[in-house]
Amino acid sequence: MIDVNTFIGGYPWRHVPHPEPAVLARVIEREGLSGAWVGHLPSAFHRDPSHGNTELVAALAPHAKLLKAVPTVRADWPSVLDDLDIAVRVGAPAVRIYPQLLGQGPGDPSVHRLAHEAARRGLTVMLTVRFEDLRQRHPLDNGPDLSAAHVRELARGGTGSTLVVCAASREFIEEVHWGLTPVERARVSWDISWLWGPPSDELSHLLRTIGAGRFHFGSMWPLRLVQAPLASLALREADVASVDLADPVTLPVESAS
Amino acid sequence: MTTPLGGAGPLIDVHAHFFPDGSGYHNARHLNARRLQAGDQVGITYHVASILGSWGASSPTYFQSLADTAPANDAMLALQASDPRIKAYVAVNPNDGAAAVAEVERCAARGAIGLKLAAARRCDDPLVAPLYECAARHGFPVLHHIWQHRRRHWPGQDISDGADLARAAARHPGVSFILAHIGGGGDYAHTFAAVRDVPNVYLDLSGSGVDRGMLDDALAAVGPRRLLWGADITLCTGLAKLRALEVIGLSSEEFAHVRWRNAARIFPAHAFPSLTP
Repeated sequence: MIDVNTFIGGYPWRHVPHPEPAVLARVIEREGLSGAWVGHLPSAFHRDPSHGNTELVAALAPHAKLLKAVPTVRADWPSVLDDLDIAVRVGAPAVRIYPQLLGQGPGDPSVHRLAHEAARRGLTVMLTVRFEDLRQRHPLDNGPDLSAAHVRELARGGTGSTLVVCAASREFIEEVHWGLTPVERARVSWDISWLWGPPSDELSHLLRTIGAGRFHFGSMWPLRLVQAPLASLALREADVASVDLADPVTLPVESAS
Repeated sequence: MTTPLGGAGPLIDVHAHFFPDGSGYHNARHLNARRLQAGDQVGITYHVASILGSWGASSPTYFQSLADTAPANDAMLALQASDPRIKAYVAVNPNDGAAAVAEVERCAARGAIGLKLAAARRCDDPLVAPLYECAARHGFPVLHHIWQHRRRHWPGQDISDGADLARAAARHPGVSFILAHIGGGGDYAHTFAAVRDVPNVYLDLSGSGVDRGMLDDALAAVGPRRLLWGADITLCTGLAKLRALEVIGLSSEEFAHVRWRNAARIFPAHAFPSLTP
């Protein structure tokens, strides 16, 4: 089982203990996971993420068997196509984008173009709803969360891209999933990092209604405990206790056209 | 017998909730059954729980009416009588004054083991003092709902934070205060700084928040004898924190303090009959 939602590097709003790749590799092995897709956390907040991407690839190199780099790409940056090509060259399975942190609303043409170009290159596009609970944020951390409309518009946009959305709540997931056609929703999958287990059993509910094939294991390490999604899986209701989550190595979805 | 998911040994959840029929939760019986079922999987020996009025059905959850208070506590005491895994807090609204104190006395006589206060009145308001004095008479710890660092007012709650509870605890040194859910919303780092030097404030680890570093910093702030394990609404995050506690450097003895020994020490002596602190 691969953790699709991890990072290395520090976070601007609070201290995060040991966000280093060697520690992540130890955690992945300790918890019996097979690997991780790894983003560069500071790059989410940088104007130009390219330097962070370079650091990311270099830092992960000693752990290449376990940790796959997921570079950050900025849709409105002049070098966006080159940045996607670099991601392909370094063997990235996906790229991370943060339109909500850059003032790019739902339907933003540059984001749709990026998604189209990523699809052409076989790269999955990863979006992140939030990094922290709203109630604990630093006073200056007042950027918006990703909206369900961002994901819906991207999925409806005919870009051919495959989307993995991280840190979404049950309500967010249902609003997007049931707001898409079956063809559109087949291109959108989710990590389970913000889905609760018993007694509300949100994870079990979604595995039952939407299907395990739309969900990946994700923890949001180093911001959050890797043990949290493992615990949610361990405490699933009986009828979905043994279903397997989707394997992200099968991404991206083949073009339907 | 298989080892529980949360490891072997006693385990007390100091922050649990149940939901009676007719409450604001339409699936109350299912939620209660799932808590007990999942609790068994985790290995919870005792669920120390409260019912907050009607959970919004006929008065707001955090501003429960006097009319909703006694039925909720009766339902909680009935659950305690029906299942040896369940222990009852009495929950009251401090704005009910003498009636709230009388309700604590009534429920103490029927076997409640602690006092739960939520967010109907700031915890350091002098109006709450008679309830703390009543808790002291019965040897009850006070589990107080806390927003970790109140930077502004939030709707639906007259919320207290760690600094408020530190003031209340300093005025009532004979009462053990359980600061609710450090993972339940807000900036827990503020809480740790606020209560570090207040020996009768215990940190309850519950809540949906599972930030890395939160447990380490809680441990550094107050030490293993002032931490109490709990889950609150999300049992999954409770299990996650148990597993995380296993790898942050606690000795087995310290871990046992967090799992159950600290709770057994601050609740009345008869509270957990299967456990000897």
